Amino acid sequence: MPDTRYAIAGVLVTAAVTWGLRALPFAALTPLRASRTVQYLSTRMPAGVMVILLAYCLRDLPLTHARTLAPLAALAVTVGLHLWRRNALLSILGGTAAHVVLASTVFAP
Amino acid sequence: MNISPAVAEDRPRPAPAPPSVSPSVSPSVSPSVSPSAGPSEARAAFHDSAGAGLGFVPLGLAFGALATQSGLDWWWAGLSATLAFGGSFEFLLIGMVTTAAPLAAIALSAFMVNVRHVFYALSFPLHRITGRLGKTYATFALCDEAYALTTGKQARSHSGRRILWLQLFLHLYWAGSAVAGALLGSLIPDGVTGLDFALTAMFTVLALDAVRDLRGDLPTPALALLSALAARLLFPGQMLLAAFALFTAALLARHLTTGRKPTHA
Repeated sequence: MPDTRYAIAGVLVTAAVTWGLRALPFAALTPLRASRTVQYLSTRMPAGVMVILLAYCLRDLPLTHARTLAPLAALAVTVGLHLWRRNALLSILGGTAAHVVLASTVFAP
Repeated sequence: MNISPAVAEDRPRPAPAPPSVSPSVSPSVSPSVSPSAGPSEARAAFHDSAGAGLGFVPLGLAFGALATQSGLDWWWAGLSATLAFGGSFEFLLIGMVTTAAPLAAIALSAFMVNVRHVFYALSFPLHRITGRLGKTYATFALCDEAYALTTGKQARSHSGRRILWLQLFLHLYWAGSAVAGALLGSLIPDGVTGLDFALTAMFTVLALDAVRDLRGDLPTPALALLSALAARLLFPGQMLLAAFALFTAALLARHLTTGRKPTHA
């Protein structure tokens, strides 16, 4: 457990930023709607941010190691399930289950 | 370890059904906030929330279990789920807090991951919610699913109360399952690892759906991927921040160079 006050501060900072992002735009609606640039960013940001976060999750993949096969196989399961059924929960649970099984047995550290 | 009550009381209390309904509700709304409307509004909201709840509970359990497996106390998962209430960033927050990331880095990452909420203000029906407390809570608990469930075609006639009840249910699912996952997480045997892949799987799904929503605009995910790879190679210590900055700059540059064409999204 990291320092308790720091761990709480991390949550409070997140909460303040998140709430600010959720509440303040209601006070500034008109300029937001008018801005062509904001509209452009708003339609493209979500996909890009998710791709970046996915890359961030996989940033420390040891490419020369057999253990890498567990996350790669789980990733394939997740993508495959999602393209097949389009059910977010099923894809997440299926991929995670595949990873837990592989990482705990075949590719156990 | 007890959470300072001052911290908890600073926050807006969930108050979906304040006993005093403002008498000044507009005529078009008043039928749905008649005194007898309470329980049925809550029941309708419970139905609205069921589908999203099925997704919240397993993810919340995974979030709580991951928090305690990472060395955080069970109450931290509950605190984060209650106050931050933004699922995807909370998973990242576990990693940032356990590696003692600077608070400024947490703030900036939270901003980048959650900045999408800015655009929810364009269509979330806040005007239907009466009372200051209600409006405060509605913005506080405006998660992706709450936005999706209150702005769709089927939700056009939903009253403010029904929306608040829905948000409270989603909030409770998330916070409750996070605490449950944190408490149950210690029961997971030591040999079982790899639960953290839930985060990767979640972003995989979100990325696939978001890219599909772009309807063939492949340069955007390509720019994002390039930004991430460049950030990984050039700024391995601050990959997330560098990647977001590069990606935003790339999008702006592309917007400027493609001229005044109307957006096609």
